Amino acid sequence: MARTATAPGAPTTRLGKAAHEIDDRLIVAGPLRRTLNKVFPDHWSFLLGEIAMYAFIVLLLSGTYLTFFFDPSMREVTYEGSYAPLRGVEMSAAYDSALDLSFDVRGGLFMRQVHHWAALLFVAAIIVHLLRIFFTGAFRRPRETNWLIGVTLMVLALLEGATGYTLPDDLLSGTGLRIISAIILAIPVLGTWAHFAVFGGDFPGELIIGRFYIVHVLLIPAILLALIAVHLLILVKQKHTQFPGPGRTEHNVVGNRLFPTFAAKAGGLFFIVFGVIAALGGLVQINPIWLWGPYNPAQVSAASQPDWYIMFLDGSTRLFPAWDINLPGNYTIPALFWPTLVLPGILFTLLALYPMIERKLTGDTASHHLLQRPRDVPVRTSLGAMALTFYLLLIISGGNDVLADKFSISLNAMTWVGRLGLIVLPPLAYAFTYRVCLGLQKHDREVLEHGIETGVIRRLPHGEFIEVHQPLGPVDEHGHGQLAYGGAPVPKRMNQIGGARRAIRGFFTPIEEPAQVELEQQREERGVASAEARELTGSGRPSEGGKPQEPRD
Amino acid sequence: MTTHDTRPGSTGGADTAGPLHGGPDDEYTPEQLAAMPREDLDRLGARYDGVEVLHVEPGPEPGSALERRYVRQIGAVFALAGLAAFGFVVVYLGSGWFLPDWEWTIDSGTWSTLFTPLLGALMGLSLILVGLGMVLYARKLLPHETAVQDKHDGSHFDRVTTGATLVGGLHNSGLARRKLITRSLAFMGGGLGLMLLLPLGGMIKNPNTGNPLGRTSWAEGVRLLRDDGTPIRPGDQVAGSLETVFPAVPGGNRQADAATMLIRLRPEQVAESDPRAGQADFGYGDYVAYSKICTHAGCPVSLYEQETSRILCPCHQSQFDVTQGAKPVFGPATRSLPQLPLAVDDEGYFVARSDYIEAVGPTYWNRERI
Repeated sequence: MARTATAPGAPTTRLGKAAHEIDDRLIVAGPLRRTLNKVFPDHWSFLLGEIAMYAFIVLLLSGTYLTFFFDPSMREVTYEGSYAPLRGVEMSAAYDSALDLSFDVRGGLFMRQVHHWAALLFVAAIIVHLLRIFFTGAFRRPRETNWLIGVTLMVLALLEGATGYTLPDDLLSGTGLRIISAIILAIPVLGTWAHFAVFGGDFPGELIIGRFYIVHVLLIPAILLALIAVHLLILVKQKHTQFPGPGRTEHNVVGNRLFPTFAAKAGGLFFIVFGVIAALGGLVQINPIWLWGPYNPAQVSAASQPDWYIMFLDGSTRLFPAWDINLPGNYTIPALFWPTLVLPGILFTLLALYPMIERKLTGDTASHHLLQRPRDVPVRTSLGAMALTFYLLLIISGGNDVLADKFSISLNAMTWVGRLGLIVLPPLAYAFTYRVCLGLQKHDREVLEHGIETGVIRRLPHGEFIEVHQPLGPVDEHGHGQLAYGGAPVPKRMNQIGGARRAIRGFFTPIEEPAQVELEQQREERGVASAEARELTGSGRPSEGGKPQEPRD
Repeated sequence: MTTHDTRPGSTGGADTAGPLHGGPDDEYTPEQLAAMPREDLDRLGARYDGVEVLHVEPGPEPGSALERRYVRQIGAVFALAGLAAFGFVVVYLGSGWFLPDWEWTIDSGTWSTLFTPLLGALMGLSLILVGLGMVLYARKLLPHETAVQDKHDGSHFDRVTTGATLVGGLHNSGLARRKLITRSLAFMGGGLGLMLLLPLGGMIKNPNTGNPLGRTSWAEGVRLLRDDGTPIRPGDQVAGSLETVFPAVPGGNRQADAATMLIRLRPEQVAESDPRAGQADFGYGDYVAYSKICTHAGCPVSLYEQETSRILCPCHQSQFDVTQGAKPVFGPATRSLPQLPLAVDDEGYFVARSDYIEAVGPTYWNRERI
């Protein structure tokens, strides 16, 4: 850029002048540069939390649209809309307006389904993100605070989903509400008081949809938004964790600067997430409320299931034995109390406190910014597998009637499979995972010590057959590798250390000169071509190779 | 050190800004910066932010076949995204205008069934392509740089000085010595907190006033009506059948706890019938009536399998045996379904002899046991 020499560094372009004017007033150049220069590590699993955040943005947008049409009222009206099969049926204004949204608002059904799919994806992304954090040890000091905020976000997301599920007041959501009512009633001592406070009287009353509505559209979203902001601020302040690898230490972050690479990729991911939700919202029907009909306390459909993220509680409720605790004086602790309130209470408390528990048990109070591979922490990984088995079995049990029906299994057998499975399978999962972790660890060490199996079999002069191994680094006099394991993935196939030639680019016709590529490969100092160019020695395989590489699993 | 400000300005002297901003502005004059090329300025700024760019792999060479190809690819992706977006606009606006109507009616054609899927497909395609284009751009055309940023733990200096300021302020306030104030503050805080919370008391209602949980609309002489409002005679149902009935009160068929199952037992079922103690006379002939509201979580128990005499709740699979006083025989329910005492009035229609003698629906803390 040519500069006129009036004041040195003074902007000459219009854009530059405008930027100058802005900075004169707001003094943002410094903070903006620091933001643009911020380095983010690059790994697919770091995108999971982003997916949750983008789903949340879609939820806010689509949810706001829905509020323009939805009437959260339990006033009885007669349906007169364009869905003929329900015309003349008495229903609540909430269900009536949800039907109008689906049939009489142009694109309303699409937006409703987008909102529902975004909610399903939101919770799913949160949970997968949580698993990533858990299994890689990203919750360790100094990130316990963000772990706690994350667990809170997840619980709030579940509550947000449950309140939203209730709003349309169709037969399915009313059945869910009836169960929520029973759960509140099941609280010892305070249950009936809590129920009358929440519902404003006996079930269902006339207030609950309006109350759930304001909780769903204002209270919980506001808290979610604030907590997400804090979650991100802490992330930025503490900087992202990274997997161990070349040049990566506890005191740096290796990756791309925010601008332009990371911003382009993250922006692209936002559009992809939004696009996938939009495609699902249009193409895959979800919650066709007009088929369920208005809520009627005397009716229910078979296979009434909650959304997937509440299924684990439905499962626990189905499996828990019929154990009322009858106390003297005609007082009862209902059986429903244990699987619906105590169990999630214990689960979420354990989850929230896990970083502290692990710190206590291992005595590891140091700050960690490098992640661990799950195999290197077999106890934690196995505990996680155990918890996951427990959780998945609860989810499956939440649909045990459907499974029993589809696979012609006895329903009672499914219940017993769930009951026994919850006790037997988690310890088995623990033992199995622990063994797998140790096996993977040993294999890493073996490859570091003996090299990669090349698949080349040699016959020695005295007749013995051996497989040629490619060492990953310098070897001692016995031919054993001297590289120590560094917590990073160990390459296990020849191609990962440049064992194959690069493919010629071009889809239908090559757009490169193959001979040119061959020459280029030979000039490079690694790979088959260069080795062949040097001389055919040893196994004919590259002698130089793989220090631990960037994670690629 | 003095607390009196004697700098110019405060005493009416000349008020001039300090020398630039200090730090890097002292080290690099505008002239020096103006002489530096843009790449160096970028690196310089990055260094001040603790970022070192280790390695840059440039994108494809400008003008090369590779670049032209990537540009073509990415251009096509963005163009397709635009096309899909305009397609969305056409479908959204054009339906009911130059395209068939989007609104679904019982006899409408395929377009109204295609409308929502088309909106989703086009918007999804458009947005996914935008995202794909951006990712492709970053991967294929942008230079790949590897940057390293330093990570610092907390600064000891900051901790000590901030601590001094905080403790100093607290010390100057003298709160530690002035016990009266701390005590009155604690008192005030408690009062204020309570005062602000108390309006929520408007939500509290006594669940025991009038025993709403233990009562339904059933009472002596109240007829059993079908959902359509017609009364039932003992001859109306075939053996083995079930009918959901409601009390003959206004809105009785919409009440949350009144729904009742009127079941006519088959002769074999009557033979093996074993009602609950004290409720042997609650039935009428081969008819029995049980609450339809599950004693577990309040769902309507609906699935009656008359061969096995079992009623299944579809929510959590509790099973009740109608020949044994609707005792729970499997699943999470703990209590029998309450039984409605039946009679027949002068005109020969079924009536209730009284309300249920226990609370219907899910168990709660102070629910009376019978």
